[in-house]
Amino acid sequence: MSSDKFPEKKLPEEENGPQHSDARRTFLKQSSLLTALALAPSAAIKAAELKFEEKVAAVFEQVKVTLGINGKKHKLSIEPRATLLDLLREQMHLTGTKKGCDYGQCGACTVHVDGQRVLSCLTLAAMVDGKEVTTIEGLANGDKLHPMQEAFIKHDGFQCGYCTPGQIMSAVACVREGHADSDEEIREYMSGNICRCGAYPNIVNAIKEVKNGGQRV
Amino acid sequence: MIQFQYVKPSKPKAAIDTVAKDQSAVFIAGGTNLVDLMKRGVMNPEKLVDINKLPLRKIERENGNVRIGALALNGAVAEDKLVLEKHPLLAQALNAGASAQLRNMATVGGNMMQRVRCPYFYDTAMPCNKREPGTGCGALEGYNRMHAIFGHSDKCIAVNPSDMNVALVALDAVVLVSGPKGDRKIPFAEFHRLPGDTPQIHTNLQQGELIMAVDVPENPYTKNVNYLKVRDRNSYAFALVSVAAALDLDGSTIKSARLAMGGVAHKPWRLNEAEQFLAGKPATEATFRQAAQLAMRGAKAFEHNKFKLTLGPNTIVQALKNASGVA
Repeated sequence: MSSDKFPEKKLPEEENGPQHSDARRTFLKQSSLLTALALAPSAAIKAAELKFEEKVAAVFEQVKVTLGINGKKHKLSIEPRATLLDLLREQMHLTGTKKGCDYGQCGACTVHVDGQRVLSCLTLAAMVDGKEVTTIEGLANGDKLHPMQEAFIKHDGFQCGYCTPGQIMSAVACVREGHADSDEEIREYMSGNICRCGAYPNIVNAIKEVKNGGQRV
Repeated sequence: MIQFQYVKPSKPKAAIDTVAKDQSAVFIAGGTNLVDLMKRGVMNPEKLVDINKLPLRKIERENGNVRIGALALNGAVAEDKLVLEKHPLLAQALNAGASAQLRNMATVGGNMMQRVRCPYFYDTAMPCNKREPGTGCGALEGYNRMHAIFGHSDKCIAVNPSDMNVALVALDAVVLVSGPKGDRKIPFAEFHRLPGDTPQIHTNLQQGELIMAVDVPENPYTKNVNYLKVRDRNSYAFALVSVAAALDLDGSTIKSARLAMGGVAHKPWRLNEAEQFLAGKPATEATFRQAAQLAMRGAKAFEHNKFKLTLGPNTIVQALKNASGVA
């Protein structure tokens, strides 16, 4: 009966997804290009009035950076004002890291830089030159999920899932730092990750299980 | 965020010269406050001088002081063995601030330089004498629940949001500064300013001056200390009121005390009179209550922050009780 009501629908082909979102991103990129021009410092505009080529060079001054992302080395040319979050999502298409508030208040964008958890929305990508970044995409070992990912599934550590990548990156760091010895300590050291669905008790349980399980995190 | 130039010098002198020469250039360290303000258009520097290559990360003993490099991370300082042993009050204050992620980014120098969190300062559509001198203070007659009760002026009633600063002013820290005209030391209590008629001037640093380190002098406050922060939620929120309390006890007698408040003024608010009162007195709740009353003299609240006139002294008493172990 249920199969009548809910006919099994084939999910869209894997390759369709990225194409759709790429089109959307291209649009966003183009519109932010216009915004960039509008917000360019007056000095750059003045220079630009003199010579068109200089305008492009001055307004879109690029910084060259070399950084590791999930174990792979990348040589990139970026705008100085690009945040690490935007670099990951828009340029590297690693959309697992989420943009929540974009002002350092919610923790959804948490990633590890040289093993330390930080907020990628308040990190200028230019300042990560020479460092190693780990995102939620870099946590699993091939098809085998990281113990913290397994524990979040087992304990229902999420509802809508939007804060989850940040929660998991923060949770892994919380255990590695040695700040997961009690419920109280976990809550204090996870306070930088807001969950609007209120999955906190389950998140604490997931972290406790990983901590007590003694697996290598 | 507007476009800007980005440079990353490897020598302090190069960094200092760049900012000294260029009014539109600023230093960037952790960026947790500056990037936020730039995204909102509150600060619009045309050049960022990234100082992270400078060798300013060490925490070490120096002539009886604990010298903390300006680029030492808040999280690293809070867990440093030397800091925990000599200045546990500072570690407590740092751990009460922000979140684990932000403490991994924010530096000691940057924490000192963080701007006020007044919503009228942050909202570029609102009047604010600090952001745009002469436009008026939106908070004065507006929503001023988080605002100052000490040292405010009719130009600005915002508070310094740092927890670390409250501990450092209580511990008589000294700021080591290097600038275009050479090096100098600034006592911590004189580093930040009251708003007066010039709230747009945030600290007593001159253009191009760079914080190199903070010295925390040797003191007897290694045991009976407490940083108590009262806020709207249990963690990851700015203080409504906070108190840094440090006692040197001889049995149940107070030999000397250090006391400062956060969330109440435009600078970390040292309570000298209350400290002097406590010296030589017994460590009892009655003594603490009298000290708290002294500390609150001259407090003046606004429409929405009158609760601080009660919360303030109560927090002082509780912090002193926590520090002394008096039940």
